[in-house]
Amino acid sequence: MIGYVARRLGGTALVLFGLSAIVYALFYLAPQDPAVLTCGKGCTPERLAEVHAAMGLDEPALTQYRHFLQGLFVGRDYPAGPDVRHCPAPCLGYSFETDQPVTALLADRLPVSVSLAVGAEVLSLALGIGAGLLSGLRRYRVLDKLVNGLILAGYAVPVFLIGLLLLMIFCVYLRWLPFPTYVPLTTDPLAWAQNLLLPWTALALIQAAAYARLTRAGVQDTLAEDYVRTARAYGFTERRIVLRRALRGALVPLVTLTAIDLAAIMTSAVLTETMFGLPGVGQLLVGAVNQIDLPVVVGVTLLTGCLVVVGNAVADLLYAAIDPRVQLR
Amino acid sequence: MTVLSVQDLRIAFGAATAVDGLSFDLAAGAALGIVGESGSGKSATALALLGLHRDADVTGKILFDGTDLATATAEQLRRVRGAGIAMVFQEPLSALSPFHRIGDQIAEVYRLHTGASRRAARERAIEVLRQVHIPDPSRRADAYPHQFSGGMRQRALIAMALACRPRLIVADEPTTALDVTVQAQILDLLDEVRTTTGTALLLISHDLGVVAGSTDEVIVMRRGVAVEHGPVDTVLVSPRAAYTRALLNAVPRLDGEGPAQAADGRVLLDAAPPSDGEGSAGAADGRVLLDAAPPLGRERPGRAAAGEPLLRLADVRKTFPAGRRRSLRRAAPIRAVDGITLDLRRGETLGIVGESGTGKTTLARMMVGLVAPTAGTITFDGVDVARRRRHPSRRSVQMIFQDPLSSLNPRRTIGESIADPLRLQGVGDPRPAVEDLLIRVGLSPDEYDRYPHQLSGGMRQRVGIARALAPRPRLIVCDEPVSSLDVTTQAQVLALLADVRQEFDLTLVFVSHDLAVVRQVADRVAVMHSGTIVELGDVAQVYNRPEHAYTRALLAAVPVTDPAEARRRRAERQNQPTPPSPIPG
Repeated sequence: MIGYVARRLGGTALVLFGLSAIVYALFYLAPQDPAVLTCGKGCTPERLAEVHAAMGLDEPALTQYRHFLQGLFVGRDYPAGPDVRHCPAPCLGYSFETDQPVTALLADRLPVSVSLAVGAEVLSLALGIGAGLLSGLRRYRVLDKLVNGLILAGYAVPVFLIGLLLLMIFCVYLRWLPFPTYVPLTTDPLAWAQNLLLPWTALALIQAAAYARLTRAGVQDTLAEDYVRTARAYGFTERRIVLRRALRGALVPLVTLTAIDLAAIMTSAVLTETMFGLPGVGQLLVGAVNQIDLPVVVGVTLLTGCLVVVGNAVADLLYAAIDPRVQLR
Repeated sequence: MTVLSVQDLRIAFGAATAVDGLSFDLAAGAALGIVGESGSGKSATALALLGLHRDADVTGKILFDGTDLATATAEQLRRVRGAGIAMVFQEPLSALSPFHRIGDQIAEVYRLHTGASRRAARERAIEVLRQVHIPDPSRRADAYPHQFSGGMRQRALIAMALACRPRLIVADEPTTALDVTVQAQILDLLDEVRTTTGTALLLISHDLGVVAGSTDEVIVMRRGVAVEHGPVDTVLVSPRAAYTRALLNAVPRLDGEGPAQAADGRVLLDAAPPSDGEGSAGAADGRVLLDAAPPLGRERPGRAAAGEPLLRLADVRKTFPAGRRRSLRRAAPIRAVDGITLDLRRGETLGIVGESGTGKTTLARMMVGLVAPTAGTITFDGVDVARRRRHPSRRSVQMIFQDPLSSLNPRRTIGESIADPLRLQGVGDPRPAVEDLLIRVGLSPDEYDRYPHQLSGGMRQRVGIARALAPRPRLIVCDEPVSSLDVTTQAQVLALLADVRQEFDLTLVFVSHDLAVVRQVADRVAVMHSGTIVELGDVAQVYNRPEHAYTRALLAAVPVTDPAEARRRRAERQNQPTPPSPIPG
């Protein structure tokens, strides 16, 4: 087990190293000069040279990449005209657009994204497992068909449509909730939850569709298993069969999917963040792309990669934890 | 005193009747066997006793403890399940939840019915695990089912059945998935449990030998009807019903005597039920006359001795990398086949017997070149099998697989499947040849356009044989070709194999766990254990005068249909304090 974790961590590090190299090459070594992009319109040759030096683009590619890695582990300094901008480790780059280290930007935005992702995931699991269980037990009955229809709708309807509807209903017509803004959890937990309720719901309604379908299939499969027949033959109540056997079997694929989904929502819930005015990582990325703020784009890409890789590793560990037949090796 | 009284039980699934008027009484502490082939309604009966059918019409009376279980409320039934009547199911791996520890699963059942404390339930679980001879039960109670061997899982299921001290244990094919020595142990255990706890036993099996030694009374079922019912010593020794006789005749026997034969040297067998599709070849009265395999056996010794080697194995080994790493060092590889030297003579049938995990299948696959040996050489007619990829003799060796359903492509018609090897040979229009083959294996040419799932098990295995015959091979390796078939279908397929062997002048390798089947078809037999051949010789010699202890243990464990003999063998086994062979239970 410990050996597995160690090896898995090593593998994760290797993947991230490879990812950083590819991303770096893609953005900094592409034929297009990133300094021109950073310098923007009305760029003078002097200014361009300055930017070149500041971004370290005048050095050979390998040296640039070495500096980049160095920045990750020990931090680095960026010359910016007469001043020096210090970017402490782990330094993913320096955004000249916002005059901040990328890490600081990310650290700013990450709590928002984590709040959104965790809340949405909890809600979608509750909705998805509930609906999936109901329809799995009432196979081919009216309720099952209804849930199936909703699942299909969940797959089909885009999140911004649901989001807009929610905003219109709860903030415009009913006025039960304020228009969402982000309030940190540490400042006011109640306001935090109140403001996030609508984005959570919007995401959860979509996400729950997948979970419901998985739960439905899992419950049905498990109920057909021989060991459920054994349970029934030994006098288990239907309720106990569902809770102790069917749900247990359906849980396995759900848990692993959840770990990966969590990582995905944190970095790619752009639409939701934009619609509900949440300053999350997704928005940061969109803003950076619009302003061609390359260091930020690279930083977010690496963070995304990191979360996905870690999410996958966690999923595998969880998989082994909940299914005793799985041996990690 | 009667524990269970079933009166005029009828079970119907929609329009199909599974059980049609079954009645029997079971006394406290007694043992009743129900035998029959698939589709006879024996398992449907077992499930009906506990009200476990969900979409079946069950009528009649099932009186247990003064309650009619056929009309009982769900709550009444629930209280009987496990506590009054306990089931032991067939597949011990899938019958236990993979997510829960074995001790916990047993304790859960106990708590459910007694309301005992967690601790008391755990103690009871350990107690019953000890009762079924699980070594170190307090530690093993914490194991998960996948950490147990097949035999131990079945023991655990029996322990679960014992947990609430039921008055009746219903065992539905409790040993079907198990090796023959383990099967003997489990049957001995069921017998022991019955005598020590006084619980009654309803033993359901397709295998007459299983029922013979473990019951007092037996019911023979066919198509939902009890065709014969009486004391086991009468029914299995001097049966009255023709079907019982046919069933007994179809059972391959260890003493080498083939099925009893009609005057013209053919066996009278009942055709399989029409729904099976197999009965189409039957006579008007629903019976068929089949060519018997044994006549071939009579001429065996001469044939075998004369043949020169066709397939030669020289110190063949196959190792597989071990799955799990215990430490930084790589674990020692698993030796599936560990140094086998063997000459297969032209024209003979070589039987390879052994229990699961002894390397039989790996050896068979190496013979046809599906698996490359790690070391050693296999030569077919002087050509190295491993280098035979492009050699024309490659088609001279074919294989018949155990599971005809999964070894046929479900999306292609069976005719196309048989035609494949012919197309590889460059036959432009293989249809006539395939239809010819279909007729040869006892199928109609019309079956060409049907799909595997539309055929019965026996018919599918005929297709498997036709496919193996298509490239006109000289050697066919059969890996458990009849293991998944009912005993009468098995007899038919064996007879077919004997036929085609003669007609096509084949050399056969017949791999099986069933010693009696091998006895019936083979000239020579190789007994495998732990990847090696422990004994090799003419069948008569090996079966009558086994030299190796493992062979003797195997032979002693084979169930026999003579109840007196079965009881004698059990007594013999019980007199030996330790299992006679190094086989884990």
